[in-house]
Amino acid sequence: MDFKSISQLKSLLDENKISIKEIAETYIKRIKEKKELNIFIYFNEDKIYEQVKEIEKLPNDKTLKGIPISVKDLFCTSNMPTTAASKILENFKPTYESFVTQKLIDQGSMFIGKTNLDEFAMGSATNTSYFGNTINPLSKNDNPLAPGGSSGGSAAAVAADLCLGATGTDTGGSIRQPASFCGVVGIKPTYGLCSRWGIAAFASSLDQAGVFSKNVTDASILLEEIAGHDQRDSTSSNVQIPSFSKNLNPSLEGKIVGIPKEYTVDGTSDEINGVWEEAIKSLEKKGAKIKYISLPHTKYALPTYYIIAPAEASSNLARYDGVKYGYRAKNPKSLDDMYEITRSEGFGKEVKRRILIGTYVLSAGYYDAYYLKAQKVRKLIANDFVQVFSDCDLILTPTAPSAAFPLNEKQNDPIKMYLNDIFTVPASLAGIPGISIPYGHDKQGLPLGIQLLGKHYNEQEILNAAFALEKDYE
Amino acid sequence: MKLDINTINKIAKLARIRLSEEEAKDLLKDMNSILDWVEQLNEVNTDSVEPLANISSSILPQRKDEAKDINSADEILKNSPDKLEGYFAVPKVVE
Amino acid sequence: MSNLIKGKEQEWETVIGLEIHAQVKSNSKLFSSSSSTFGSKPNSQVSLVDAAMPGMLPVINKYCIEQAIKTGIGLNAKINNYSVFDRKNYFYADLPQGYQISQYKHPIVGEGKVTIDFKDGSSKDIRIVRLHLEQDAGKSIHDQNPTKTYVDLNRSGVALMEIVSEPDIRSADEAGLYISKIRSILMYLDTCDGNMQEGSLRADVNISVRKLDDKYGTRCEIKNLNSIKFIKQAINYEVKRQIEVLEEGGVIEQNTLLFNTSTGKTRPMRSKEEAHDYRYFPDPDLLPLEIDQEDIDKLKKTITELPDDRKKRYVDDYNLSNYDASVLTADKFVSDYFDNVIKFDKTLKKSSKIVVNWITSELFSLLNENNIEINNSPITPQYLGKLVKLLKEDIISGKIAKDVLVEMFNTKKDPEKIIEQKGLKQVTDTSEIENIVNEVLQENQKMVDQYLSGKDKLLGFFVGQTMKKSKGKANPKILNEILQSKLSKKN
Ligand SMILES: [Mg+2]
Ligand SMILES: [Zn+2]
Repeated sequence: MDFKSISQLKSLLDENKISIKEIAETYIKRIKEKKELNIFIYFNEDKIYEQVKEIEKLPNDKTLKGIPISVKDLFCTSNMPTTAASKILENFKPTYESFVTQKLIDQGSMFIGKTNLDEFAMGSATNTSYFGNTINPLSKNDNPLAPGGSSGGSAAAVAADLCLGATGTDTGGSIRQPASFCGVVGIKPTYGLCSRWGIAAFASSLDQAGVFSKNVTDASILLEEIAGHDQRDSTSSNVQIPSFSKNLNPSLEGKIVGIPKEYTVDGTSDEINGVWEEAIKSLEKKGAKIKYISLPHTKYALPTYYIIAPAEASSNLARYDGVKYGYRAKNPKSLDDMYEITRSEGFGKEVKRRILIGTYVLSAGYYDAYYLKAQKVRKLIANDFVQVFSDCDLILTPTAPSAAFPLNEKQNDPIKMYLNDIFTVPASLAGIPGISIPYGHDKQGLPLGIQLLGKHYNEQEILNAAFALEKDYE
Repeated sequence: MKLDINTINKIAKLARIRLSEEEAKDLLKDMNSILDWVEQLNEVNTDSVEPLANISSSILPQRKDEAKDINSADEILKNSPDKLEGYFAVPKVVE
Repeated sequence: MSNLIKGKEQEWETVIGLEIHAQVKSNSKLFSSSSSTFGSKPNSQVSLVDAAMPGMLPVINKYCIEQAIKTGIGLNAKINNYSVFDRKNYFYADLPQGYQISQYKHPIVGEGKVTIDFKDGSSKDIRIVRLHLEQDAGKSIHDQNPTKTYVDLNRSGVALMEIVSEPDIRSADEAGLYISKIRSILMYLDTCDGNMQEGSLRADVNISVRKLDDKYGTRCEIKNLNSIKFIKQAINYEVKRQIEVLEEGGVIEQNTLLFNTSTGKTRPMRSKEEAHDYRYFPDPDLLPLEIDQEDIDKLKKTITELPDDRKKRYVDDYNLSNYDASVLTADKFVSDYFDNVIKFDKTLKKSSKIVVNWITSELFSLLNENNIEINNSPITPQYLGKLVKLLKEDIISGKIAKDVLVEMFNTKKDPEKIIEQKGLKQVTDTSEIENIVNEVLQENQKMVDQYLSGKDKLLGFFVGQTMKKSKGKANPKILNEILQSKLSKKN
């Protein structure tokens, strides 16, 4: 049986055409067949069947009752271990459930496993994981492709039909870019819309949870479930969460869509620019007004991000010291020995690189030149969006400068890898919502994503536009 | 070149990460190119710009002074790689 | 008063600045809802936040903010409407996050001052640089296992106020007065319990010496002293050490020191970490703290009377000396007790000096002997007031009053009842006293003769004998008059 969407599976369940146990069986079988893609860090049949029993007891009006969901292994879960794809969290079994996953559980979701990611979400190809690469399920023949990252496992799980929805986190593009690479929908809401409580932190001022799904309606359903105020997160917003899915409206009449000229960069393929062009035309046809705009500080977003994110990370990852949980080096001679060997053995190369960069830019004598400077440029980048949104409702851009690339490409040049996030990072710095939806393919048949950005807390606007564009492919 | 091997090792010490000689050399190259690359921010005039630390526009929420978070010591120590007599244990520190 | 210390060749001036860590009196921690009670089982008061579990986030305690503001007001300091929480990054076993949330560039309280009072009646202002809120670390225990250090996180995250002084302090005694004054202010405000033994109040002491009018010398910091006695000892030792080093042509190395309470010596911390670089930056998990002036004003109104206000009231209303008043007000409980004694009766206001003496000598010695705090005194301030009143009105004599006080202490009884039951009322009836005097004179004819032949000193003997015969109840004034007139008539 083929399950296309959450609403379709829901109606099959409601009509008793399938049982929750049968759903579990179907997905377990699929996951086993796709083992070689290395999508899951944690997968345990028994845990799934245990959940089935609990879920069956829930009332039928639970929105996600019986829906198979994958969870990025950065979310702490009490029923499954949590690793952040790092050796340093070896054997870590949280005694608590993250805000987001708890909300999904409350609505009857079936967690089918914890998905692979870049170690501590630091990467753009899901290739820095202690547990090995995830392979993009759209790879052909002998050319394994990267699923994007850092939430590559979650994007791949949805793309490979191993679940109907997945959680992700996006710090600089970690939901939108893998969504684009894997041909699925991925939304990063406004910073603060979903509580960060229980998500292992990478860069606190940027980290934001979001979801992957097979279509925009499902993304709306999932997002409205995981959003909401949480008193345990001081940066969580106390705003009313609309019913995104009920409000979905493909009409774009009178909407002004900004097209930023700075998002035409060297190295972006003609195919991507072509897809962008097509989407612009489609929006226009649907009644939107197109406006060519400028976000003058776009160019500086990546370097700004690569100062701020590592700086925060260097501090956030100081708690992984081998004392309270996780990996500890064997037989250290002193406390410092224990710290240094534990962290040296426990962290991978990219994480160490970022911790060291972050430590450097915060250190005495360099703070002003790097960190403070980056915070100021961040302000200018955020201001660019404020300006533009004073007379635009939406912004349309490509999601990434390329389609999925081969697994081991760019591995030896960090900056090349960082450039992957060139179109996603500005919105992260500004804290605005962004969604990526698949929109066309390149010559090799690989999906290409298009990104819609909106004003703070205006998720509905980008979901509506995405919903409209999605119809081009129905 | 912003960094030399000594600086890398000093930073690594601050971050409590031990680097092999090879690793340090490798990182030196990467970090220098990253630092060179981020220096393009110097092109931007930020003279009268306030730094932005967090995008959130809300005000710092404050909680009531209630002692209600009750965890057992067992729960807190559960994941510790070394615990003894109800304490976390680490190699002996001489102050 | 000169604080200069004589060296071999010249005099030296000591320069001291204090960083006081005062635990905020609150039910729960600064950024988590676990209890901040002292002395619980190890790791039993630790939340997921305090243990720095992945994904845990800080949420600030409103009451702790208010306590810091109140303390700022008590330190005559500027309350900052805008302050920021920063992370201070360093690794230590009892610092689970790998950073301490503190305040660096923008503390909640800015510049202020407190006044210390000397015995000679003079006083001096010590300037406060700032007060900021921060988390306490956990506790490392080094002596419970031969190869391991144990870590207890119960204290981890408890709210502290760090109060930093300017280097305005010039001697160990001044340092002692300063910390007592801070402690007293905190206890008046009820923002810290002031319990130094339990570590609710501890100080880092920065010390240097210099030739008078020279620039500041290199300073050393003695960490974590938790009694006034040790603070003074440590300062005196360290000053002597520094002078010796300098006079022998050496230089002072800037160092962090520990004070060994059993040897009375300081020594550099052995785990001498390489130069600290705390990499402070604003905690991205917390937004800046903005405080409305209105809220500050509201808190101001909740503050009743501070030690200096009370001291002034004592000087103005009761005619006490500045020093007496400062001693009395130093401990809020003592001063509250005094106020309640005075309140017992209008007439006692004029006898305030007597009340002070009864509290600080007679009552204190009873309390000390029995190891009781004044707020738990078995003698209520009302009863002590009554006793002083009885004394003032000549109902009892001073000597009897002391006995009655002991009886009150032991039985918690009303002094009036004790006096009545034991028949201790002073005899003021002249004829009664006259009879006793007559008896004494008759029984001691020899002495009377000696007195009459010029041995004046014997008057005391007759007074004593008469008093003894009256069981101490004779009014001494009347007794004296009668005795003198009788003896002079015999002449
Ligand atoms: Mg200090
Ligand atoms: Zn401090």
